[in-house]
Order: sequence, then C-alpha cells, then structure tokens
Amino acid sequence: MTEQTLDQLERAAFGYFLQAVNPVNGLIADTTRENSPASIGVVGFALSAYPVAVERGWMTRADAVERSLATVRFFRDSDQSGSPEATGHKGFYYHFLDMQTGTRVWRSELSMIDTAMLIAGALTAASYFNAETDEEIALRGIVDALYRRIDWSWTLDGKTTIRLGWKPESGFLNYGWDGYSEAIVLYMLALGSPTHPIAGDSFEAWTATYQWENLYGYDFLYAGPLFIHQFSHAWIDFRGIQDRFMREKRCDYFENSRRATYVQREYARRNPHSFAGYDETSWGVTACDGPSQQEPELADEPRRLFGYAARGVPYGPDDGTLSGWAALASLPFAPELVSGTARTMLDRYPENLSNLQYASSFNPTLSRADRRAWVSAGLFGLDQGIVLLMIENYRSQLLWRLMRKCHPVRTGLRRAGFRGGWLEQRPSSEDREHAPAQ
Amino acid sequence: MLPRNDRLSVAPSDAAEGERRENVRPEGWRNPAPADCYNLVVIGAGTAGLVAAHAAAALGAKVALIERHLLGGDCLNVGCVPSKAIIRTSRLYAEMRHATQYGAQIPDDIRIDFSAVMQRMRALRARISRADSVRRLTDDGVDAFFGDACFTGTDALTVDGTTLRFKKAMIATGSRPDTPSIPGLVEAGYLTNENVFDLTELPRRLLVIGGGPLGCELAQAFSRFGSKTIIAQDWPLFLPREERDAAQILSDAFARDGIEVRLNTRAVNVRIESGQTLVDLVIEDHKSTVVVDAILTGTGRVPNVDGLNLEAAGVDYDNADGIRVDDFLRTTNPRIYAAGDACLEHKFTHSADASARIVVRNALFLGRERLSALTIPWCTYTDPEIAHVGLHVRQAHAKGISVKTFTIPMHDVDRAITDSEEAGFVKIHVKEGTDRILGATIVGRHAGEMINEVTLAMEARVGLRTLTRVIHAYPTRGDAIKKAADAYSRTRLTPFLRRVARRWLRWRRGEV
Repeated sequence: MTEQTLDQLERAAFGYFLQAVNPVNGLIADTTRENSPASIGVVGFALSAYPVAVERGWMTRADAVERSLATVRFFRDSDQSGSPEATGHKGFYYHFLDMQTGTRVWRSELSMIDTAMLIAGALTAASYFNAETDEEIALRGIVDALYRRIDWSWTLDGKTTIRLGWKPESGFLNYGWDGYSEAIVLYMLALGSPTHPIAGDSFEAWTATYQWENLYGYDFLYAGPLFIHQFSHAWIDFRGIQDRFMREKRCDYFENSRRATYVQREYARRNPHSFAGYDETSWGVTACDGPSQQEPELADEPRRLFGYAARGVPYGPDDGTLSGWAALASLPFAPELVSGTARTMLDRYPENLSNLQYASSFNPTLSRADRRAWVSAGLFGLDQGIVLLMIENYRSQLLWRLMRKCHPVRTGLRRAGFRGGWLEQRPSSEDREHAPAQ
Repeated sequence: MLPRNDRLSVAPSDAAEGERRENVRPEGWRNPAPADCYNLVVIGAGTAGLVAAHAAAALGAKVALIERHLLGGDCLNVGCVPSKAIIRTSRLYAEMRHATQYGAQIPDDIRIDFSAVMQRMRALRARISRADSVRRLTDDGVDAFFGDACFTGTDALTVDGTTLRFKKAMIATGSRPDTPSIPGLVEAGYLTNENVFDLTELPRRLLVIGGGPLGCELAQAFSRFGSKTIIAQDWPLFLPREERDAAQILSDAFARDGIEVRLNTRAVNVRIESGQTLVDLVIEDHKSTVVVDAILTGTGRVPNVDGLNLEAAGVDYDNADGIRVDDFLRTTNPRIYAAGDACLEHKFTHSADASARIVVRNALFLGRERLSALTIPWCTYTDPEIAHVGLHVRQAHAKGISVKTFTIPMHDVDRAITDSEEAGFVKIHVKEGTDRILGATIVGRHAGEMINEVTLAMEARVGLRTLTRVIHAYPTRGDAIKKAADAYSRTRLTPFLRRVARRWLRWRRGEV
C-alpha cells in the first residue's frame, strides 16, 4: 500500500469526525445511521484525531483547539448526578448520549472503557496543544479537571478488578471481563490518577486472568477479536516496555499484537467454515457490525448470522464477516503482512470502501446478485478512529509520541509494573510543564 | 400442570423399573441382625458407599452399609446414568436434523416419541443397576441395612432402632439439589435431577434456571427433543468454573440448537395465572415474563448432613460445605471418615469413587493417602462436551506458577474434520519453560474420552515431551493431544539450535 493511498485513507477516515460532529458540544455520532446517538469512545478518537489533522494540514490549529475546547467544556459542565437522564457520574460518562442535549440515551451503561478512550483522547489533546495561549491553557486545565474528578477506585466495587459498567437502575454490571482485552488503557489511566487511583494489585489481578497460548505456531497473549490487540495501542507505545507478565514471557504488548495479526492470517488460511474471501491476504475478524436475519433479504439465510458481535478467532463467532479497517489497523505491528493484505482486500472488494471510508464490515459469502459482497450500511465512528490513529502511528508515531510524555500514562504504566524502553527516559522539561499537575 | 418436586417420586412402573427396584431397594427387605462390631460402617450407598463397602469386604473387613433410599445413589438413579441415556437419544435427533451436513438426507418425518426415549433410559438404568444390587452386596458379605442412620456416640449408630457398633465409619450421604429461593417456585412446582427422569410427557415450554452442568446438559437435551427451551443463568457465561472459550463455544452451540439463552439473568418470581405458569426474569434493569410448562432448576447442590446427629459423633460439619475432613478424609472424630459429595468440593461420581478407596486404605490399613494427591478430571456432557483436568490458568497464576498453553483447535484435527465435528479445542497447560502438564481443557464431541489421556499423563508424571513419542492411531480425535505435544517440541527448536542444525546439515552435504 503506497504512502499516497495511506494518506487518502487516513484523511477520509478523518472526514468522519467532520461529518458526524455536533460542533456546539463536540459530540460525535456513533454511526452515520439515522438517529444515531453520540458515543463517548468515538469522541475520544475525535479528540485524538484533531492533532493529526493539524499536523497533516487538514485543519487549522485554531479550528482544532476550538473543537477540542467545545468538547471538553461540554463534558466539564455536564450533569454528573448519575441520574438516569444525566450525562455521567463520578467523572465517568454514559456510553451513548443524545447528540443535541448530551444526556443519556438507550438506557446505556456508565462505561468505564469508553470513558477511558474519551479521556485518552482528551489527554492527547492536552499533550499536543501545549502553547501558552488562553485557549490552549484553558483546554489543558479542563482536561486536567476532567481526569482528576474520575473516581477510578469506585469502579472496583470492593473487588480486585475494575467493573466495566454501571447503571443507575441496577448498579454495577455483571459482565465477565476476564482475560486480556482492550481495557489495558483503562487500567493505565486508573492507575495514573493523582486523585482516585486504583491500586497496582488490581492490574496484577487482571493479568492473572491472561491466557498465554501457543496457537498456530505463535506464542501470544490470547484474545479473539482483532480490535482488542489494537485499541490501547492507538495511544500507548508498547514497544520495548514490559510489565511483569510480558517480562516473564520475553515479549511486549506490541510484539504480541504483531503475533495476533499473524494468527488472524493463519485462521483465514485454514478458513474452517469455508467462507468466501478468506485467505492469507484477506482477513480481519473482529467486533463489528454484520449481517443478520433481521434484514429482510437475509431472512431466509440458513447460516447463523450474528449482526453486531465481537467476532474472533479461532473460536468465533464467525459468520464470514471481515473488517477491512481491522486488517489495516494492524499496520504498525506487521507492515510486511498488513500492507499487502489491505491492498488485496481493497482490490478484491472495492465495495468495502465508500468515499475511501471503510465500512464496518463486508461478507463475501453473502454476495448479492451483482456478485458484490454484503456490506454493512453506513459508517461506524470507532472503526474510522482506530484506522486513522493506527495509520498515523505507522507513519509518524504522533499519538505515541504525544502520550509518551503524558504524565498520567507514564505514572500508570510505572504503577502497573512497566519498565524499560522509552519509559526509562525522562520527558523533556517542556513536556512536564504541560502535563496535568500532580 | 407442573410436576411437584418430590424426592421419592417414581418413574412409570414397567419391567425395567421393577428390575431396578428389585436391585436397589427390594420390596419386603428385612435388615440383617447386626454383628457385634463392624470394622467399617458405611452410611450412604451411593457410589462412594458401594465402592467402599465392596472394597473393604473384599479385603476381609466386616462391613455394614446403610441406605435410606436407593442403592446406587444419585448417579445411577437420578444422575449420570439416566441423563447420559437421554442425551444420546437427543444427539441422534440433532444429527437427523443436520443430516445434510454429513451428506445425508434429512428423514422426512422426524417425530419425537418421548415415552420411547424414557423407556430406553429406564431399561438401560435397570441394566446398570445390576452392578449396584443388594444381592451383589450380600454375596460379597456386606450387611445391607435400609433405613435412617443416626449416630448415638463416637463409635455407634442406630438404623431404625437397631444399634451398630463400629471401629471405623464412613459418611457418604451424598448431596441433593439446592433449591433457589424464588418466590412462588415451590408453590408452582419444579423439576430437579430427582424427578425430571420421571417425566412421561415432554414439556412443551421449558425454563432451565442455572447454567451449571446439569442445567446445560438437560436444556440441550430437552431442546433437541422439541421443548421450546429458555436457559437463564445469573452470570455472564455458562459453566462458571470452565474456561471462557469453552463456555463461549457452548453458548454458540445452544444458539444453534435453538435454545433461548438468557445470560446475566435472574428468575425473580414464579406465579400461576389462569392455569399458566409465568416466570419473571430480570437482566440488569430490564424485566420480562415468560410462560412455561415446566421449570428445571440446576443451581448447585448441597451436602446431606441433616438427621445424622453428627454432634453426638463429634463430627464437625457445615450445611453448605458438608462434613469437615482433613486431607486424609478423616473427620473431627478419628474413627469416622467421609467420602463423596457429603464432603468433597468436586461432586462427581468418579471423585466419590476415588475418595472412598482412599478411606478404605486410610481407615482400615493405617494408610496415609491424601485427597489432594488425586488428579480429578470432569466432563459436562453437552454437545460439544467440555472436559477438564488439573489446574485452570487462573489457579496456576494464583499459586505463582507461570503457565503456557498449547492450543489445538479441532479444525486442525483431521478426524474432527472428516466427522464434521470441528467445534472445540484441546488446551494443555504446562509450567512455563518445562513440559510438565498442569491441567487441560478439552472441548469437543468426545472430550470426555479424550481427557483421560491427559489425566493419565498427569498421574504418571508424563510430560509433553514424552507424549510426542506416543504414536496415536490416525485418524483419531486423540491426535489433537499429539499435535499439542508436537507444538511443544517445535518451541524447543530455538534459533540457536536451528542454526546449529543447518550448519550440521550443510556440512553433511559437503558444503563449507
């Protein structure tokens, strides 16, 4: 895949945040589908994307600061009462918010992981917008306040690991979040908090649920859906830094994601369910939208279809649905593999892109009369966000560089037991100046 | 109308039932005159009790065995045996419906004859009951007593007024289903393993409460017989003790079978309105009501410790955890031991059997065998089966042991492919840096058979390196275990060794 193509795809992905934004409050729609609410995780990606756009010349710095300020001001001023119609509670926010009013919709849960992505984006903005202008100083101050008011320790609910959801109607959700997941960024931010941190043994307790597996000839920290191996890496540069678990395994999370990428290829090569379009250069099994028997034209499909689901390898669920963005988002980990794969997938299934933006997924097994694959309708913000940030990390490492000097992230990593690599180097004095005060 | 929960409810009377009754609780049985003193008195004639009684008698001990209900206990009468029998039939129906997957034709008319299913089960149960019969006990010289046992001191007890004195005793009273405290459930009536095998009609709509082994096995079986089945589990996954991936594969299998899966869901109320049974289910803050014809509960088991007057015997116990025993299975009274469900965390027939053998050796022959030394596998007989032995990864981590897992998906096993039975995996956990097997989980159509090889390896302290040398017949599913061992071998080929090997081979070719 050429630099030019990458640039086009990255810029197109950024376009989502211009299309789907409410400029008044900075909220970004979860999808481009009709009546989509805002998703706070997608807002986190948007806040991370503005610095990229400034660097790439797609947006003025002033515009980016204005959008970022509108966003963080909205969250600062939002209703934090935790009532069913509020925006958040204890510094966390409900997963889905009304695009206009910013209040909870769909009876969604107070989402710890999505709040972490939102805050990761806010900290990215604070790290990038380091000028001594009134606006940028204000931006950094609000981000600091947003971070400080999050009561991470509350999410333990007296247990050893973080509960990942809470509802005003029923309390903490009984989700089983054992095993490696995208929550690593959440743990780092929770550990790094100057006000309400969780204890380091919470992270240890979480890593005790890890499964280190030899699968298809690769030793790796197992997680089925590909996005799990990507999301935390959008912000944190895991190259060469190791926690206790990875030191024992003589690996790091970045190398782990490289191996997970190869495991995807191996799965597609085997293609145990004989789906169309799966091979060594076409894969990307992850959490995504997908076909479902709810669609009238698929009502009679005899195969089981899973709709929106956390698809994964090697145990599924797998209904023949692939995500082009997921394959490309592994670019930093395994460019030698991903570049050709992403190219091939686009050549074979151009319907996977519309206006150079990736659909959430496509399913060649469910080809239509015109032989084009089934394609998920509309666009999903998370997909656009991760593909944008990972292309950028591959090209310039911008997000990694910004977060390497982010004090909460450095503190969180250290408290989690990470050592080595860039973590041993002190951030420059200018960087420290712009970190949220301790 | 829902069947009432009745511990002593009986299956339809037929020749098979007659034979089973004759074997496990003959009518008109008269207890023998007791001996002056027994080497061993065993309370409870389930698996543990029968095994201990036969083993001790074979070694020359004077043994009394007391049973208040049926010889063979839950396993034979209301557990493993009848459930496996009906599960086999349910699998056949599932295969018929999916015949095209095997290149066969789906039969035109797949009719469920539930009474035939149960009749077959009763016939097989009667056959197997021959091994547990009272005649076999008496032939082996065991004094068999039917009645309620009650300790009167540290070395004596009574059975229906008759006093038995003992040098040693073993409590093997088993366990019973735990009844969930759901308002209205008892009034509406419900099924457990104790009465579900007495059903004569298939419930049209079945709610299974609890996603443990029993709930999962029977939910799938009844669904395959045609019951519209809902399974509600107050947890994010089924089989909470098992690996996440195993439970996930099971959830997928349930969905394929058409079972309505309700995870994170609690049944909060049962009521009867206009002759219909309604159950309120709550997931997080969302409440829904389902109409059912039968409710099956599978929410765990509690040990049978009541009515024994254990205080008089000086035996400590707990209503939840059962008889308190040390690692030698001795209770707080050194004369009295316990075995099986009454004292074990792992409530399985085979662990009851193994613990009873320990008791015989420790109680009668000054043995020092430890419960903790046992390697106990188990299996949940869903389709696919889920089998486990040894440590789970999390348990190993808790002990500070670094673990590496060798995973072979069944879709990499030729025999699984030829049989179109690719759902599942073999995962063998070893101590990092060694080939020592810590545990394994196998998910697959015949996982219960496959786990035995890993158990053997663990018990014999055979590591993965040795397993690579064990030739497995091809093609078999067991080949998956060999593949895991081969994967281990490949990890031993370090870059250094690879370089050395290449250099050697180059030299052998005459190249410099």
